[in-house]
Amino acid sequence: MTRLDEAAEFVAAGGDWDEIAQELSRRQEERVVVNMGPQHPSTHGVLRLVLELDGETVKETRVALGYLHTGIEKTMEYRTWVQGSALATRMDYVASILNEAGYCLAVEKLAGMTDRVPERAQVIRVLMMELARVSSHLVCLGSAGNELGGTTLMTIGFREREQVLRFFEMVTGQRMNNAYFRPGGLSQDLPPEALGWLKGVYGSMVRGMDDFDNMVMANPIWKARTVGIGQLNLAACMALGITGPMVRAAGLPLDLRKDKPYSGYENYDFEVCTADTADVYGRYLVRSNEMRESMKIVAQCIDKLEAMGPGPVMIDDPAVAWPAKLEIGPDGQGQSPAHVKEIMASSMESLIHHFKLVTEGFRVPAGQAFHAIEHAKGVFGVHVVSDGGTRPYRVHVREPSYNNLQSMAALCDGGTISDVVVCLASIDPVMGGVDR
Amino acid sequence: MTTDASDAATRALAAGAEARGPEPVEVRRGAFGVHGSGDTSGFGGFTRTVQIPGSSPRPYGGWHDAVVDVLVEDLAGEGLADAVEKVVVDRGELTLFIRRQDLPAVARWLRDDQDLRFELSLGVSGVHYPGDQGRELHAVYHLMSVTHGRRIIRLEVTAPDGDPRVPSLVGIYPTQDWHERETYDMFGIIFEGHPDLTRILMPTDWVGHPQRKDYPLGGVDVQFKGASTPPPDQRRSYS
Repeated sequence: MTRLDEAAEFVAAGGDWDEIAQELSRRQEERVVVNMGPQHPSTHGVLRLVLELDGETVKETRVALGYLHTGIEKTMEYRTWVQGSALATRMDYVASILNEAGYCLAVEKLAGMTDRVPERAQVIRVLMMELARVSSHLVCLGSAGNELGGTTLMTIGFREREQVLRFFEMVTGQRMNNAYFRPGGLSQDLPPEALGWLKGVYGSMVRGMDDFDNMVMANPIWKARTVGIGQLNLAACMALGITGPMVRAAGLPLDLRKDKPYSGYENYDFEVCTADTADVYGRYLVRSNEMRESMKIVAQCIDKLEAMGPGPVMIDDPAVAWPAKLEIGPDGQGQSPAHVKEIMASSMESLIHHFKLVTEGFRVPAGQAFHAIEHAKGVFGVHVVSDGGTRPYRVHVREPSYNNLQSMAALCDGGTISDVVVCLASIDPVMGGVDR
Repeated sequence: MTTDASDAATRALAAGAEARGPEPVEVRRGAFGVHGSGDTSGFGGFTRTVQIPGSSPRPYGGWHDAVVDVLVEDLAGEGLADAVEKVVVDRGELTLFIRRQDLPAVARWLRDDQDLRFELSLGVSGVHYPGDQGRELHAVYHLMSVTHGRRIIRLEVTAPDGDPRVPSLVGIYPTQDWHERETYDMFGIIFEGHPDLTRILMPTDWVGHPQRKDYPLGGVDVQFKGASTPPPDQRRSYS
């Protein structure tokens, strides 16, 4: 922290820091510059905020990012179309499944496979996407509560999220970074016990959401910290390209699951949750209601899957689908011993085919496609370009957190410093997605 | 508004005379991306032309025709009837190739015309085609109409490597701010008129633009049991 008075003394590092100090000393104003982050428990990862303060009032907010840039988009250009799923999942790591979904749907559109994804795979995808949305919103609400001083809120949020992660581990073999969705379908079917287990925890998860609501939504302290704070009306949201719970809290029912259904969302009964307050409270209200709608969709998925019975979960196209028969064995996920025996002992052609498909991959006709899905944070758009080869020529992700973070200055400027963390938490950025 | 100019422009686009087949952007030689290694596999003589979809004939289908007609009519009123260079409908998506200097006018009409109303910008993405002579850098914009059924349109603008300038859209869509900074950072496309075009993801003193095709991926050899595997961008791959 640098205090500007008669004996001003500056200790600064980094380009913009210097410029700010110089400009302030020129203006001779009583302003304090606080550098918040990149290592700060309330910046949701490695985000850096440079706040210019006049007393307790924030005069100017600047956002610095890139601390978690890992070049995922570039790396994808050197991996096959299937491997891209394992990279996409690492972007917004709190809602991994939704990143995979956006990537796979874009690749399927580009390869013309959209209509050939099996019905069972579509339903399991919706189930997984909605659980990922619940998990993401629980982290958002729980960590927001924690940042306002309510550790219990975090424990409730993370307790229920843990159920989702256990389910993911049971199904995909991993809690996060699942790489479960593949262009053309899924890596494997649900294990037999999965749906029964999910039904067992369903009630307690909804009760956990009620616990959360009962504790905060009418709580005078919570309301004092969130009602009327960080307002961003619809016009500002449109100008800044804000989507997701933020724009729905401003009253616009923009939800691509309803507006441009993908993966069969038109077959499910759910509401688009909105609020009309355009403030932090409204955003949490939208998220809280949305989780319940997601749980409604989850219940419908369970019913559909039980009524449907077994079936393929990968596209019926030997040029795309790996001949893999993955199974969860006593030592974790792997090839089923029966399949290994077949390709090693009796069918050399299967072995060659498998080898070529895994090492070379399949080709996608040249061209470009864009697919947008409703991510937990907003509109998640994936622009994929193919040169006709076995690897993407270019993948660009329009990440909702990255875009929504642009509104920090609009939310914070003119407010008090105590609201900065509240506003940031209401955007719900995940830096893995922002910086990619 | 209907003028002679707009009629002429609409007729020109409607005639479908400009409809061309796929357009080559690059020619690849060899089968595995290996050069100068004395390849004795016999596959070194392969050539493959990379082709992107060319302009489409009328009718484009669905709402695409109406959007193109309204936009061209609006632009013709400003004397910019030629701003739309090419219309491509591929995989059910409408792509308009826009003459570089006319991008802001096109974006303004797309946002403001009551029949178009593409209010929501979904950012800009860059693509680098080093083999596409004089059009190496492509800036690709996706716009969504909130008013008209969440339809999505794609605008594409090209710029040569030697003059990588594209007009900024920050004045029309403020959300473009960070997206244009990212594309500048990654591709070196200079968005003219951007209020603060600085790097955003890479460090401010970084040299080069990482997403360009001539920028190496980087990486080190992987050693395992005495054998060494080169980094991913230097391995054999399928060209």
